[in-house]
Amino acid sequence: MAKILVVTSGKGGVGKTTTSAAIGTGLALRGHKTVIVDFDVGLRNLDLIMGCERRVVYDFVNVVNGEATLSQALIKDKRLENLYVLAASQTRDKDALTQEGVEKIINELRENFEYVVCDSPAGIEKGAHLAMYFADEAIVVTNPEVSSVRDSDRMLGLLASKSRRAEKGEEPIKEHLLLTRYNPERVTKGEMLGVEDVEEILAIRLLGVIPESQAVLKASNQGVPVILDDQSDAGQAYSDAVDRLLGKEVPHRFLDVQKKGLMHRLFGAR
Amino acid sequence: MSQADLLDQDPVFQLKGSMLAITVMELAHNDLARLDQQLGEKVAQAPAFFSNTPLVLALDKLPEGEGTLDLDALMSLCRQHGLRTLAVRASREDDIKAAEALDLPVLPPSGARERPIDPAPAPVAPSKPAEPELRPSKIISSPVRGGQQVYAQGADLIVLAPVSAGAELLADGNIHVYAPMRGRALAGVKGNTGARIFCQQMGAELLSIAGHYKVAEDLRRDPLWGEAVHVSLSGDVLNIKRL
Ligand SMILES: Nc1ncnc2c1ncn2[C@@H]1O[C@H](COP(=O)(O)OP(=O)(O)OP(=O)(O)O)[C@@H](O)[C@H]1O
Ligand SMILES: [Mg+2]
Repeated sequence: MAKILVVTSGKGGVGKTTTSAAIGTGLALRGHKTVIVDFDVGLRNLDLIMGCERRVVYDFVNVVNGEATLSQALIKDKRLENLYVLAASQTRDKDALTQEGVEKIINELRENFEYVVCDSPAGIEKGAHLAMYFADEAIVVTNPEVSSVRDSDRMLGLLASKSRRAEKGEEPIKEHLLLTRYNPERVTKGEMLGVEDVEEILAIRLLGVIPESQAVLKASNQGVPVILDDQSDAGQAYSDAVDRLLGKEVPHRFLDVQKKGLMHRLFGAR
Repeated sequence: MSQADLLDQDPVFQLKGSMLAITVMELAHNDLARLDQQLGEKVAQAPAFFSNTPLVLALDKLPEGEGTLDLDALMSLCRQHGLRTLAVRASREDDIKAAEALDLPVLPPSGARERPIDPAPAPVAPSKPAEPELRPSKIISSPVRGGQQVYAQGADLIVLAPVSAGAELLADGNIHVYAPMRGRALAGVKGNTGARIFCQQMGAELLSIAGHYKVAEDLRRDPLWGEAVHVSLSGDVLNIKRL
């Protein structure tokens, strides 16, 4: 039986899709059969970041509507044996998904995978609600700024009260905080909130801190999840986060301003 | 017209319809000895019920074969037990005659409008005024997030986890927050000016007691911002004191 993981935030553009791609790929890299599901109907971003946009035939909505079977719609990753993507529809609107439709597909995926990673759309409306409703665990993606922290807090409230687990009175969704686009220099200057500030406000377990990194943009342009760039700071930070998700104790990195050496100053950071 | 003529016109009475609750005693048997005994038991249970209680004697359910009833004796038996007969309800020829002889009104047989009553036993002790009901406090042990609202109706609210900015706590009684408090807290929302707010770490957006409030702008200037505080109302001013 799969674990259903939702990657959510409330606020838009904080790195949910980047994170879904990285975490899903990281789980598959460690031998877990994983599917990443794009819930952002109408926008379709995940397939670009995963580099499979040219192979999308059927999507999530087609399966909900019975126009295709799940196995027809699942796109197998070219790099990793046990990684799949279920794309969102670009042509439908947000109302194409229903709770019953989603439940049916989630149940089918549960049978065939170890991890189902749900990439949530922004907001706290229907799309985001459907993405988190069936979740067992949630990764709450937050940027170190007040508005993002507030939205994450709001989302945590919904996870605790409006999810299937909450409504059924079952054990609550396990919540993880992932701080992304972290820039220690700007924190030092007081332009951004520090890790401790965010941790204190949200009061949930810190899964990882992903630094603001050029590597993310480069990776998404190439259609390669950044976690596969194991030389990059962001790739390494996502790797640590996957290890923690699987229960390993790993110290946090990239929290402090790096002392730049002479070579750095002469040639610039990569 | 003379004064006396005017007085003659003045109505002496007025007829009014009324629905009275009257006890009906329906006899099942023509057995005065047993009736005496059983009535005595009832009276012992509920003495207050049997004191000059108006009564209709229903004789219409008496079986035909049970012989002539001594109505005079029945009425004085009832009277001994505190029941005053106003009328009888009868269908047997003999009973109707007996009632007419005593000048007692005779009502037609049962219209099946009554229901059996069981006089409630008298309260044992003189009744005390009811104790005010104690409503258990509402206790919240998971974080109250932005956009969430918690209301303790008719009770105190106790929160053991952080309260986020954008969250709202309401209570008819007191509010206690044993964790960082960054949201809104409104105690005594139904107007209880004696309600209080206790915060372990006060960083609130708004604090209010019985409608008298302070917003973050004022609260942030308070030297006790971020500290453990105790908030009460004196007159219409919120008093913030160190806990
Ligand atoms: N750690 C990072 N460093 C630098 N840029 C980043 C990082 N994480 C994400 N980004 C950039 O931020 C932008 C938004 O990222 P992404 O699409 O993953 O966010 P999202 O939360 O899924 O957005 P939406 O709410 O629109 O779905 C992208 O341009 C992405 O490249
Ligand atoms: Mg996205």
